[in-house]
Amino acid sequence: MEIYQLSAQQILERIAKKEVSKEEVFDSYKKRIEKINPQINAFISVSDYPQEKARGDEGRLSGVPIGVKDLFCTKGIRTTAASKALENFVPPYTATVVKNLLNEGAIISGKLNMDEFAMGSSNENSFFGAVKNPADLEYVAGGSSGGSAAAVAAGLCPISLGSDTGGSIRLPASYCGVMGLKPTYGRMSRYGMISYASSLDQAGPLARSIEDLALATEIMSGFDGKDSTSFKSEEKAFYQKLKADSQFKVGVIKGLDRLNFDPAIKTAYEEFVEELRAKKIEIESIELSSLEHTVSIYYLIAMSEASSNLSRYDGVRFGYRHDFSKEPPGSLEEFYSKTRGEAFGKEVKRRILLGSYALSAGYFDQFYQKASLLRRKLSLEIEEAFKKVDLILSPVSTVGAFKIGERNKDPLKMYETDQLTTLANLTGTPAVSYPLSQKTKLPVGIQFIAPHFREQSLLDFGLYLQNEGLIRSEVQDVL
Amino acid sequence: MSYSDYELVVGLEIHAQLTTKSKLFSPVSTEFEAGDNENISEVCVGLPGTLPVLNKAVVDQAVRAGIALSCQINTRSQFSRKQYFYPDLSKGYQISQFDKPVCGEGLVSFFVGSELKKVRIERAHIEEDAGKSTHHGTHTYINYNRAGMPLLEIVSAPDIRSAKEAAEYARTVRNILRYQGVCDGNLEEGSLRCDCNISIRKKGDPKLGTKVELKNINSFRFIEKAIDYEYQRQIDCKESQQTIYQETRLYDSTKNVTVSMRSKEEADDYRYFPDPDLLDLQIEESFIEERKKLTFEGPVQRQQRYMQEYSLNQEEAYLLTQERDHADYFESVVDVCKNPKLSCNWISGEIFRMLNEEKVEIAECPIKPQSLGGLINQISKGVISGKIAKDVFTKMWESGDEAEVIIEKQGLKQVSDSGAIEAWVDEVLSKNPENVSEYKSGKTKIFGFFVGQVMKLSKGQASPDLVNKLLKEKLNGE
Repeated sequence: MEIYQLSAQQILERIAKKEVSKEEVFDSYKKRIEKINPQINAFISVSDYPQEKARGDEGRLSGVPIGVKDLFCTKGIRTTAASKALENFVPPYTATVVKNLLNEGAIISGKLNMDEFAMGSSNENSFFGAVKNPADLEYVAGGSSGGSAAAVAAGLCPISLGSDTGGSIRLPASYCGVMGLKPTYGRMSRYGMISYASSLDQAGPLARSIEDLALATEIMSGFDGKDSTSFKSEEKAFYQKLKADSQFKVGVIKGLDRLNFDPAIKTAYEEFVEELRAKKIEIESIELSSLEHTVSIYYLIAMSEASSNLSRYDGVRFGYRHDFSKEPPGSLEEFYSKTRGEAFGKEVKRRILLGSYALSAGYFDQFYQKASLLRRKLSLEIEEAFKKVDLILSPVSTVGAFKIGERNKDPLKMYETDQLTTLANLTGTPAVSYPLSQKTKLPVGIQFIAPHFREQSLLDFGLYLQNEGLIRSEVQDVL
Repeated sequence: MSYSDYELVVGLEIHAQLTTKSKLFSPVSTEFEAGDNENISEVCVGLPGTLPVLNKAVVDQAVRAGIALSCQINTRSQFSRKQYFYPDLSKGYQISQFDKPVCGEGLVSFFVGSELKKVRIERAHIEEDAGKSTHHGTHTYINYNRAGMPLLEIVSAPDIRSAKEAAEYARTVRNILRYQGVCDGNLEEGSLRCDCNISIRKKGDPKLGTKVELKNINSFRFIEKAIDYEYQRQIDCKESQQTIYQETRLYDSTKNVTVSMRSKEEADDYRYFPDPDLLDLQIEESFIEERKKLTFEGPVQRQQRYMQEYSLNQEEAYLLTQERDHADYFESVVDVCKNPKLSCNWISGEIFRMLNEEKVEIAECPIKPQSLGGLINQISKGVISGKIAKDVFTKMWESGDEAEVIIEKQGLKQVSDSGAIEAWVDEVLSKNPENVSEYKSGKTKIFGFFVGQVMKLSKGQASPDLVNKLLKEKLNGE
């Protein structure tokens, strides 16, 4: 097997046996990136092998190249959030989750493309251009962590970092055929991860094997004094405790038919449920009556928070500023409107405007406040469901990967793709997207949600499914 | 209608900068002297991906301030974002508290003349300060050292009815905070900032009039003058059928007028919402109880205690209690000499005069409380007269020696030997026969002249009581 086809575990083994050096691993990936990336546009920046010796020389990821979504600040490495606003921004600090990986010897291979400020479901909203699906270059990779999913799928890195606010890890993982995990809210530090919607944002890993996913989750997790929403917890030995386990009661959502499914997606999902039944997995129906509202609740809250989080991109202290050298601004307002008007893309502007509107005096109660109440109701419903089952199963999205340009004219149609994934963000629960091994035209994933802090259940069941051949992730050759 | 038909209604918003060593949401020094943009971190300037983490010391000080202001302390409060664009506001929003502040209703009492005035506090909340903009020609320079400094905003109810009350309320709040050591209370340096909300209404009208906000007045005297001016202006507006606009005005102290800064016709919309980067602030009851034990007696309570326990009058007690250091000094002196009245006179007289002349704080006063107590003891015991004591005081200030030592060395002891004094009395009487006969003919007013002459002859050392007694005996001619 070529190095690019290996999992992180296999790379570590080869390095340990001195069959290959860390530099050789890095170089082979770099060559692969140079060859493939022009086709799929997964990387915004590509790094060189670090001059100074990696810190965690004996670490558990020593010598493994990782791709990092360009939403995570990396000291001395340009971090753009795929926006013109940060086109030349070089942060003086490194995001805690990235630091945790570097401390275990991982090496940054580059910064990955994404939807601008993580706003999008197809990765078509990047200042640096759309990411293409490695399985079929005419199709979207999914978003917003499209670069992270495409890079892993195309064998440009064995593990990548993504972020998930409303499905931004799981949707591209599903479209590109890789595994992605969004942890419990608070499990991973948000420090140094550029905020989109603070109460929903979580970092998470993407990989092609459950073992790699578990190891990355374990290393990235942990309390951070620099993030007030990060929590202290003992249980974070996901990889060390990993064992294949089928003893879970799986809940399926009653009346999913009421959602507007692509027929192929529905069929794939129903077939998978049958496969589980055949393996004697206990399956039970659960009620989630607020499901229809998730998209409305999610977009109200996410846009409101985003409108506020993005106020700092004003061109005063850092980032893009309109060139006033020829004609100075006539007013402060002009300074802001020219700068911000040019710095942000269309979708980002749309969300800032809608969010500002939802928070305005007189509208706050009927929009933001109401969404917050419904969010709490949804949490109660999920809690109730988890009294009956251990995991909730659903498709990742009602919509399969679509062609580039097919949906981006109609934002509502785009937002629809997030109906099932936002469930986990709004309730703070951990969730995964696993690629089905069924033969479909393009990869399709399946979503599992677990109760708070039960990432272990997701991984243990995932290992069982992987061993049984029900889920599978393979490198796309692309060329 | 006449002026007296209108009632003034004032509420104050006081922004007090707390004295913690580091900022509200980032472990950066609050040092005032730092060079431009030296005390900043990635959090203060709002770089992407940075997050706020609450400084517990700020909560500690806010709770102590709240207790000293008799506020209800809320065990659960919340941080919200107040959003507006301005270059010195680094994140495009200020983290503040909105509908769930840390301190709820409170009460501040203080004397205005002989009347004890009570002003209710509506709330006091924690918020971060913005940076500072300086405009030079076409350029604006921004210093973010102040960005993220911890502030406590104390909002009074509209209970204030005169300019004098407003100034006295502000002074009292400042003193209360200084007593707790949670704020320097310096208006000129901006560690205390005061906004006044002013309206007028016809006497007896329960409805409040249109509110005008006066911003950033930098002395207590100006608070009084600015409100007085604004009161007149609003009455003039009403009387001449003009509209009073809801607006923000600035006080120009050189012209003693207020000028419109910006209209609030279109009410500001700050789009407040709970800050999702911060959890609700939950304070344990035990934390509040511990802070209650640490809360010092406030200035007004001390003033009242001095009036009751030490029989000082209101003015005397007020002067001594303006600063906690002064009041503490006073109490230490009383501990030594047990004479509150004399202690008060010496402190508000000589000590304050010298501190003012030499521009030193009472903590650096060369005469320690024990020593001043010693001096007062020498007076009470009759060892020296009050007049001699002033010289001794000056020598104590210069040398740092104890009163007893100076009196001994310089032989300043009061002469209480009636033989010696009688001799001086006789000498004075024999040298001034005309005055003696004048006195005897009924012009007893000139008695003081004889006392003065005897004291002069004794170089001030004769016991004034004995001099008086002997003079009277001789002059009244027994």
